[in-house]
Formats: sequence, C-alpha cells, structure tokens
Amino acid sequence: MIAEIGHFALVLALCVALVQAIVPLVGARRGVDSWMAVSGPASTMQFLFIAIAFGALMNAYVTSDFSVMNVAQNSHTEKPMLYKVAGVWGNHEGSLLLWVTILSLFGFAVTLFGRNLPPGLRSRALAVQAMISVGFLLFILLTSNPFARIEPPPIDGSGLNPILQDPGLAFHPPFLYLGYVGFSMAYSFAIAALLEGRVDPAWARWVRPWTLAAWIFLTCGIVLGSWWAYYTLGWGGWWYWDPVENASFMPWLAGTALLHSAVVVEKRDALKSWTILLAIVAFGFSLLGTFLVRSGVLTSVHAFATDPKRGVFVLGLLVLAVGGSFSLYAVRAPAMKMGGLFAPISREGSLLFNNVLMATGAATVLLGTLYPLFADALNLGKVSVGPPFFNAVFLPLMAPMVVVMAVAPMMAWKRGDLAGVLGRLKVVAALALAAAALVWFLQGGSAGPWWTAGGFALAVWLGLGTLVDLGGRIGLLRDPGRALGRALRLPRSSWGMVSAHFGLAVFIVGLTASSAWTIEKIQTQAIGETVQVGDYAVTLKAVETVPGPNYTAARATFDIARDGQSVALMQPEKRQYRMPPRPTTTAAIRSGIAGDLYVVIGDEDIKGGFVTRLYYKPCVLWLWAGGALLVLGGLISLADRRHRIGAPARARVAGVGAKA
Amino acid sequence: MRSGLYMLPVLVFGVLALFFLKGLGLNPREIPSVLIDRPVPEMTLAPLPGRGDSRGLDTADLKGRVSVVNIYGSWCIACVQEHPYLVEIKKSGTVPIMGIDWRDDPVMGYAWLKKHGDPYERVGVDPPPGRTAVDFGVTGAPESFIVDKAGIIRYKHIGPITPDIWTRTLLPIIRELEKK
Repeated sequence: MIAEIGHFALVLALCVALVQAIVPLVGARRGVDSWMAVSGPASTMQFLFIAIAFGALMNAYVTSDFSVMNVAQNSHTEKPMLYKVAGVWGNHEGSLLLWVTILSLFGFAVTLFGRNLPPGLRSRALAVQAMISVGFLLFILLTSNPFARIEPPPIDGSGLNPILQDPGLAFHPPFLYLGYVGFSMAYSFAIAALLEGRVDPAWARWVRPWTLAAWIFLTCGIVLGSWWAYYTLGWGGWWYWDPVENASFMPWLAGTALLHSAVVVEKRDALKSWTILLAIVAFGFSLLGTFLVRSGVLTSVHAFATDPKRGVFVLGLLVLAVGGSFSLYAVRAPAMKMGGLFAPISREGSLLFNNVLMATGAATVLLGTLYPLFADALNLGKVSVGPPFFNAVFLPLMAPMVVVMAVAPMMAWKRGDLAGVLGRLKVVAALALAAAALVWFLQGGSAGPWWTAGGFALAVWLGLGTLVDLGGRIGLLRDPGRALGRALRLPRSSWGMVSAHFGLAVFIVGLTASSAWTIEKIQTQAIGETVQVGDYAVTLKAVETVPGPNYTAARATFDIARDGQSVALMQPEKRQYRMPPRPTTTAAIRSGIAGDLYVVIGDEDIKGGFVTRLYYKPCVLWLWAGGALLVLGGLISLADRRHRIGAPARARVAGVGAKA
Repeated sequence: MRSGLYMLPVLVFGVLALFFLKGLGLNPREIPSVLIDRPVPEMTLAPLPGRGDSRGLDTADLKGRVSVVNIYGSWCIACVQEHPYLVEIKKSGTVPIMGIDWRDDPVMGYAWLKKHGDPYERVGVDPPPGRTAVDFGVTGAPESFIVDKAGIIRYKHIGPITPDIWTRTLLPIIRELEKK
C-alpha cells in the first residue's frame, strides 16, 4: 500500500512539474504576475510529493518489504540498518529517485530563499528547473519504477554488494548528487537569463552561492569516493581515471571554472557570455555523467544495471537539455551586452586564463573518456584509454594553472602590475626552487621520477604564494600591530579563497609524493615471518577467524616495528559475506603526516603461509587534508555576508534587479 | 565571425550526440567471436619455466569437464584487477582455470604469478606473436573462455572478471554446461 502511495505521489509530482514548467514561463513572457506566482507553490508541492515518494521507498527498505522488487533485489534482513537506508540509493531506480528528490529540494529552496529575486528571473528559473524534473520523473515512471511489485515475494532479499557496505560509500552518492543536481541551479538561472536576455552582477550574486554549495557537495563526494576506494579496494590507489570517476571530475572542473568566472561577473560585470556557457556546461557534464553511467556505452568498474532503452531515454534528455540550451545560447548570447573591459594582465585576465586552462582540462578528460566510444563507432577497433593518457595530457595543463593561481589574487582588477606582483613573490620563487632542489637531492636525483621536483616546486609556490597574498591583505609586514584586526575584518570569501588555494597546494604535495615514492611489497608470508617495508619491519603474528554481523572474517594481526621497537599492531581482514556470497578485503591503515602504512591480508597458500600486500605510501594524509581544506574554503566563502539573507548587500541586489 | 563562435558549443555537442546514438547500438564489452560453439583450437603450449610443470597446456586438457581458459600477461594492468578474484575461484574449487601467458616473457609471466597468486591448474605459454590466442580470437587481455566437456568454446568474456560478472553471468553458464 505504502509503495503504491509512493508511486502515485510521483505521478502527482509529474503533473505539478508540468504545470510549473509551462504556466510561469508563459506568465513571464506576457507579464502576468499571477501566472508567474504559480512557480512558488508549484515547486513546494512538487517537493512534497517527491519527498513522499522517497519516504515510501525508504520505508520499504527499512521494513524490508520484499514484495517491492527493488528492495528484494538490493536488500536483505540481515543487513545493518545504515546499509538498509543507504540501499535506497545503492541501485539504479532508487538513485534516480534520490536525484529528483534533490532536484525538487533545490527548487523548493529557490522558493524559500529567493523572495528578493526579480519575479521574472525567479519564475523562469523555476520553470526550467521543473522541465528537468519532468524529464527525470518521466524517466523513472516509464523505464525505472522503483515501486514495482514482485509476485510472489521472496522470503529474503538478495543483498547489497558487500563492497558497497561501507560508511564512506553510504554517503558518497548523496553528496555527488547534491553536487550534480546543485549545478542545475546555475543552469536554470543561466537559461532564465538567456530568455530574459540580460545578465548582471545581481544575477551572478544569486548564482554564485548555489554554485558554491553544489561545488562543495561535489568536492565532498569525490573526496569521499576516493577515500573509500583507497581503504576498501585493497590496492592502495584512490583514482583510476575510470569513466565514472571522470564523469564526476568533468562537472567539478567546469564548476570550479564557473565559480571563478561568476566572481568576475559579480565584481566587474564582464565575462558574461562565458559564464553562462560554463553554467550550461557544468550541468551538461552532470547529465552526461548520468548518461555514461546508465546507458552502458562505456565499460567501467562502476557497473550499474545498464539497459539500452534507458540509454535512449537519457540521451533524449541530454539532447533536449544541453542541445536545446546551446542552441538558445547561440541565438541569444551574441546580443548580450559586453561588460567592463580589462587588460590581459589583470585579475580578470588571469582568472580567464585559468578558466580556459580548466575548460581545456575538462575537454581532454572528455576526449580520453569518450575515445573508446569514438574508435568503436568509427570501426577503428576496441581501445581503452588509461591513466598514462590522462597523466601525460591533463597534468601538464594544470601546471601553468597552478603557477597563475598564486599570482592572480594579487593582481588588481582591470589592469594589473605583473612586475610588482612578481617582485612580491621573489622569495617564494626562490623557496620553490630550493624545495625542488632539496627534493631532487633527497630522492637521489634521477633515482626517482623527474616530475617530483616540479610537483613540490608548484606546491611551495602556490602554498606560500597564497600566504604572502594573505599577509599583504592584512598588512602583516606593513603594519603588524593592526594585522590581527584586519585579518578578522577580512571578507570571509577572501579566507575561503586562501583556504581552498592552500588546500590545493597541500593536495599537490600528497599527489606528488604518494605517486612517486610508494613502496610495494607483495609476497607469501608465514606466521612469524618479517618483511621490511621502508622504515618498518612488518611481522605476521597470527590469523584467526572472527564472526561479523553478516560476514565471517579472517583477521590477521601484524606487529609493526621501527628501529627494533614495536610501535603498533595492525589487523587487516578478509571478509566472506553471506548474502550475496562475496569476498572483500579490509585493509589496515596506519596514517601519519609522513605517510601511511597499508596492510592487506590475502589467501592462505598450500604451505600455510599467507599472501600479504604491504605498502608504504608517503603523504596520503595530505591528499585528504587538501580535499578538506578545499571544502572548508568553500564553506567559509559560502558564509560570506554578501551571500546571506538580510545582509545589507542583499537589499542592493534586489534594488538593482527591480530597476533593470 | 563572432556569432559563429557562439554556434560552436551546439555544433560540438551535435557531433557528440551522434556518436552517443551510435554508441548505444554498440556493446563495448561484447566483441563478436567467430569461435563461439566451435572446438578449441589445436594447441600444444610450452610450460611456464619455474612453475615445475612437465608440460604446459594441450587441447586435450580442455576436454572431459567444463573449464575456463584465462588469457593473461605480466604486462596487463587490468589482469591485476581480476586476479585476486580468480585466486578466490580457484580456492572455492568451482571450476578448473587454465592460464595462457600471452605475448609475454615466460620468466616475467611466472614472476607475476608468484607475486599475485596462481589460480591456474595448468598454464601454457603463448610467446609473441601469440598465434594460439589469435586462434582463440583474443583481442586483448584479460579475456576468458568457458569451454564445455566436449572441448567446445561456449562463452567468451572480455575484460576483467568481477564478482558481479562471475555470479550473474559466468557461473550460471558453467552450472548449465556441467549438467549436460
């Protein structure tokens, strides 16, 4: 019964979304206020109905209602509660329902927080938002109904893939979706602006916090996913340039570029058509990811149930949403008024430079991801594009971007003084070169890879350059007495920028060190045998069988010694899940600032030894710390007073909007 | 000129969309094999030095019971991914797995098995240019073939075997063939 209510609520949501997609749009065109006003209550109702549907599916999972096919296929009574709940979005149908739930939540948020918006812009944006809803609700109802019943219901479900039974992964999809779907806000507002034919700083000031929020969620989702891959897959890797990873990385790149170009629109009223394009591209990449994952056109380790019929449907959506908006862009964007002019050497210029590099980076990732498809379609044979391509093409593009990142925040708007800025960065440049030389010396010259020195130089340049910029802003050297006061009064968006840029520098350290200097030892180890991994002597002490809630584990105990002193015990596990019967490995990781010791237990061999994989991975913690600083920077910037409701700036925004 | 530039995104997207449409009709995992339902090719492959076998892999080894032939190489990155699971299957004793060390230095091929575990009952070396694998219709590694009791190839799987693919696709086929 409850499942039927959920199904029915989805149908109602579709009807409401149809009204919301048409009436406000016509109203905005004809200037009928009451028609435009439909958008508010409609988006609230749409959210309510979809929330009811989501709640109904959640209920089916929590109560293990196996007469619902989706639950029977993906859940099991023995599963811990957290994974019953996470099971809702651990499958194709449920994850789509989460997708539209978040979409309608964002629409609802516009109604809630967007009272100050010009009514025309708001109702048009909500109508566009509703069009996306219509597409996805139709997709769910026609091809992927999560509420389909099964007759007769099985006694128990077939379980969730044990590798997905992990807290890191339970929260990874919701964050990613909040990110992907969050970009729909920028998209809807971009389309609304194209329809109105006007983009102004008020538009950017409204779009930026939503883009920022989406970006924070997406960053969180990607970091969580990488972290999960690192500690559960048992290979010690965290990024594989897999098509599905790329599908999340491309919108991230476009979104990051969008965040920065929206600043230029907001402050300088320039780069408008470029910003609109990025807003369409960021959401377009999100939709593209959905298409790639669910249509089966590419092979990926992320196996979703694929079905060509669904693929045709998503492709249709993609063509309508992206093709349609690009066409609108081609017609409307040329008429858009050029804003403030600027010299190439200026903050706008350097932001644009990095924007272009980031867009090029996203394009190369797209090319690498789709190349197998191109080759197949053109009968050039089956190929796969792996990490070597991406590392060789993408990373070199990012190096100049990082160089400019340290310089850009110090440049003045309109016309910058490059010589002056470089003068302030003289010491930083010297330190970056010194770091490169030191790293080269410590790794024994060409005994290590050549790019480590470059990686560290970039990290030092960006990290210290960001701090020098901060020092300059608060007048640390000029007037140290009042520096603290100035630091407290610094806009939060500046602190956000400092945190995020510094975070990237920290991340680069982790990336460089962990890719270059990982020590890997794979062998058969007998009980009592010691293997030396870097500075650590790793001794296999015992392997015992331990029962878990829905699995049985073989738990190994390793003694870790350094300089003859025992420093820790580590207990990796090899689990055999009962339902579905699948093995997983749980690595034991000892994290430190200098690096992680990563221990995996494998199978027993005939002679009673165990296959063990022991890694020492330098600076992995820096990767997560860098990711955390990026997210923190986003959060601080989001808390900036000009983004908050009721802040003085807000009134001015509304004023500008109403006047224009 | 300027407005031409604004047309660019929609044109690029149009080309992409055409490729996607074409791509929907293609299956990246499936490459038609002319050898399905044909007997395994005649072969007498040399043993892997160091493994202690007196002989490698012969056509006769694939007759009389259902078996899986797995193509690997020490140079193959994706093989590392499926390998632990193959070792797992070997431990469960479900079905014998035969390895073909393809286009590889046999010494490296053996070292690789020592490093990652040895799931194979027999291993044959197919040195460059890899004639036997060509007879099998191999396009890349890893690739696996299910061979029935009569020594006839019944199924070909391209790419790494994952637990999902194993339990949902390969295992049912093997069970079915074992009943015959």
